[in-house]
Amino acid sequence: MTLPEPYRLAAFVLGALAFVGLNAAYLVWVERKGAARFQRRPGPTEVGPEGLLQPIADAIKLLSKQVIVPPGADALLFRLAPAVVMAPALMTFAVLPFGAHLTARPMSVGLLLAVAFGSINVMAILLGGWASRNKYAIISAARVVSQNVAYEIPLLLVVITLLMITGTLDLSEIVRQQAGGFWRWNVFKLWVNPLMPVTFVIFFICLLAETNRAPFDMAEAESELVAGAFTEYAGMGFGVFFMAEYANIVVGCALATALFLGGWQSPFGIGSGVGWFLLKLYLLIFTVVWIRWTFPRTQFYGLLNLSWKILIPISLGTLGLTSVLLKFIRP
Amino acid sequence: MSTSAALADAARAAARAEGRETFVLNLGPQHPATHGVLRLKLTMDGEYIARAEPVCGYIHRMHEKMGENRTWAQFLPNTSRIDYLSAMHYTHAYVAAVERAAQLEVPRRAEFVRVITSELNRISSHLVWFGAFLLDLGGFTPLLYAFDDREKILDLLERITGARLTYCYYRFGGLYNDVDAEFLRGARDFVRYLRPRLDMYRELVTENIIFRKRLEGIGVADAELCRRYGATGPVLRGAGVAYDVRRAEPYAVYPELDFKIPTHPRGDSLARYLVRMEEMEQSLRIIEQALDLIPEGPFRSKVPKVLKLPPGDTCFAVEAARGRFMVRIVSDGRDIPYRVKLRTPSFSNLSLFEEASRGMLLADALAFLGSLDLVIPDIDR
Amino acid sequence: MKTPLRELWTGFRSLLTGMRVTLTQFFKPPVTVPYPYATLPIPERYRGHIELVRDPETGMSLCVACKSCEKACPSGCIVVEGIKREGDKKKSPTVFTVDFTRCSLCGSCVEVCPTEALRFSRRYNLAGTDREAYFLDLLKRLQAQAASTPTPATKA
Ligand code: SF4
Ligand code: SF4
Repeated sequence: MTLPEPYRLAAFVLGALAFVGLNAAYLVWVERKGAARFQRRPGPTEVGPEGLLQPIADAIKLLSKQVIVPPGADALLFRLAPAVVMAPALMTFAVLPFGAHLTARPMSVGLLLAVAFGSINVMAILLGGWASRNKYAIISAARVVSQNVAYEIPLLLVVITLLMITGTLDLSEIVRQQAGGFWRWNVFKLWVNPLMPVTFVIFFICLLAETNRAPFDMAEAESELVAGAFTEYAGMGFGVFFMAEYANIVVGCALATALFLGGWQSPFGIGSGVGWFLLKLYLLIFTVVWIRWTFPRTQFYGLLNLSWKILIPISLGTLGLTSVLLKFIRP
Repeated sequence: MSTSAALADAARAAARAEGRETFVLNLGPQHPATHGVLRLKLTMDGEYIARAEPVCGYIHRMHEKMGENRTWAQFLPNTSRIDYLSAMHYTHAYVAAVERAAQLEVPRRAEFVRVITSELNRISSHLVWFGAFLLDLGGFTPLLYAFDDREKILDLLERITGARLTYCYYRFGGLYNDVDAEFLRGARDFVRYLRPRLDMYRELVTENIIFRKRLEGIGVADAELCRRYGATGPVLRGAGVAYDVRRAEPYAVYPELDFKIPTHPRGDSLARYLVRMEEMEQSLRIIEQALDLIPEGPFRSKVPKVLKLPPGDTCFAVEAARGRFMVRIVSDGRDIPYRVKLRTPSFSNLSLFEEASRGMLLADALAFLGSLDLVIPDIDR
Repeated sequence: MKTPLRELWTGFRSLLTGMRVTLTQFFKPPVTVPYPYATLPIPERYRGHIELVRDPETGMSLCVACKSCEKACPSGCIVVEGIKREGDKKKSPTVFTVDFTRCSLCGSCVEVCPTEALRFSRRYNLAGTDREAYFLDLLKRLQAQAASTPTPATKA
């Protein structure tokens, strides 16, 4: 089933916007409720049943607030940053394979596109932090750049490892290769590389670091840098950064699902569909929330050490191991 | 102005001589990491601190001066507001100083109750610190767990004192009112309740690799530094010195109780953390023993209605949650103090920050600051 | 080679342990009380602002307007005036106000009162939008209480 191009585009724009909007709004709710449960509290309960309307109330509040551009700030860059942070996240949705036929634009270089757009995020935080003309924001911006540079490397090494196994950059194709039961998922392909689960963990850690999530939330680091790069943002400017954070988490977790956990494939080999994709996606997101509310923040150089001294050597190791094994085991 | 500005200028000049630019980062008086109105004027070289100058006085309430224009008894409510997290200890020191000067007897039961409530207060104070410290490090959840535990202590103390924070429970020659069996039972239950929780904190926090990596070797304050600045309490014990007022200048019924003074030799933030965590366990032991030994009897001895102290100069120190708290009272024979001097531990503990934080990264310095466990009203008083 | 790997593993395991701890808490019920839909019992000895105690027989205040509390108060927030009414053996208060904005809830006044005419109320949810709400007239409060819960004497 292929729609003619204009309809397809419209469907994508609407679908992606709705999905991102809904996810961003309700992931905030999930985050708050989840945090509350981890901390033995009830969380939001006032607006709507179980606080379900809370995101809407928050959105109204943020929208009705004045967007203040601090004096001395670079007004253009300051306003541009929220747009720059949101756009790439939306673009990436174009290549995410939600189901066997549910991809906005199946592309042979889908994975490449996702990784490329994923790195723009840091630009936006840098812009926002720089343009704010706030000392805390600038410290935060500088941190974010070095953090993202450091974590891009192990992330890409892991992706290359995976590419060697799958032999394609097309996300739908990668998922299709993992059909037929959970033992055929890339995480469990132990015969290709016994270190596959480790690779997945590295990917997941890099994902947390790339999306600036706790325990790697150097950008925000509210107990040190007040609110880091977002200190000067008020109203919807802040709201967009906030939404982008969740959109990026969705993208990251969706990639992890597609690359390692068999995407829409069911773990038992039968009954595959979008449902499985979403289930896996939200389980991963739950883990992200769970991690945030368990650990303290890492120290900045600890984070860089982790990347350069641990993750990069290990991912290089798995890369080497995979290539050797592929060379000798494959007929 | 002169010396501090001169030092800041010197730090900037030194940096500039090496070809580095510095800037001033104003941390506080409203900043999430300072837990109160402490202001730090940081001269920063990138993310490194060239010089950190604490600016205090934002919550100065002239407690000492207030002491000079009210009667001995009227100063009591002030004592629980100097360091609101260890109100019991502070009241204890003041009350005991007056008792020493006026040579008042304190019934044994009262002494035991003082020990039990003081130790409960120490635990609740350490729990607040534990939570707030983790918050400084970016971990939110332990704070809520700690507050849940602390709530149990507050409920217990509220039962007998009627207040949850500013207890004002001790009186010259005894207590405000007696404890009941329900409280004693509750205290025993609490001891039983907290032990597994402390184990949980060990699993969740103490052994956590991220946590340890953030604290190990950060903010070393060795015994020599502590001695020069007069730092006491867990800061000093974290530098390996087993100094505890409860042992060094025994008071109340502490000599009869068996407890250890936890020390860790390394002097870093982790050492201070471990000392406090072990102190909570020791406090539980003290409470347990005191509950076994507490006798029946009066809770307050006879005290003249209008208390006049003989002329003289008296000191009394206690081990508060943050270190040695000492009250010095000077009487000229009237019913009003001539002078009330308060020696508060946070002030000394803060003063070493300036020297020890030089060259640290901002995030490390804030972890260090958190590990000192400062209560800002205690600094400014 | 071996030690770093072991360190890595223990570090990773400590993270998993932490996650186990929070997950077990996740499935336990909340410990909070959903105030204002539910409230905690206020303990007997709760120290709210002070109030006058009624004489169970006459329903009047036990206060003899001796002004001890006024003198004992460290914050000087009590004002008592009293007169000796015709036929009464003791004085009785005509003015009894507390400036609650300055009260430190120390209890000195309750302690010194020779006739035990003062006690702590158990009012805890004090919130107001103006200062005047905290200048409490205790005599009025006593009358209001008498009106709502009559003692045997006033009923007769
Ligand atoms: S409680 Fe203390 S401060 Fe309040 S009115 Fe009584 S004596 Fe004054
Ligand atoms: S001390 Fe008691 S009797 Fe005297 S004025 Fe105060 S309330 Fe009345």
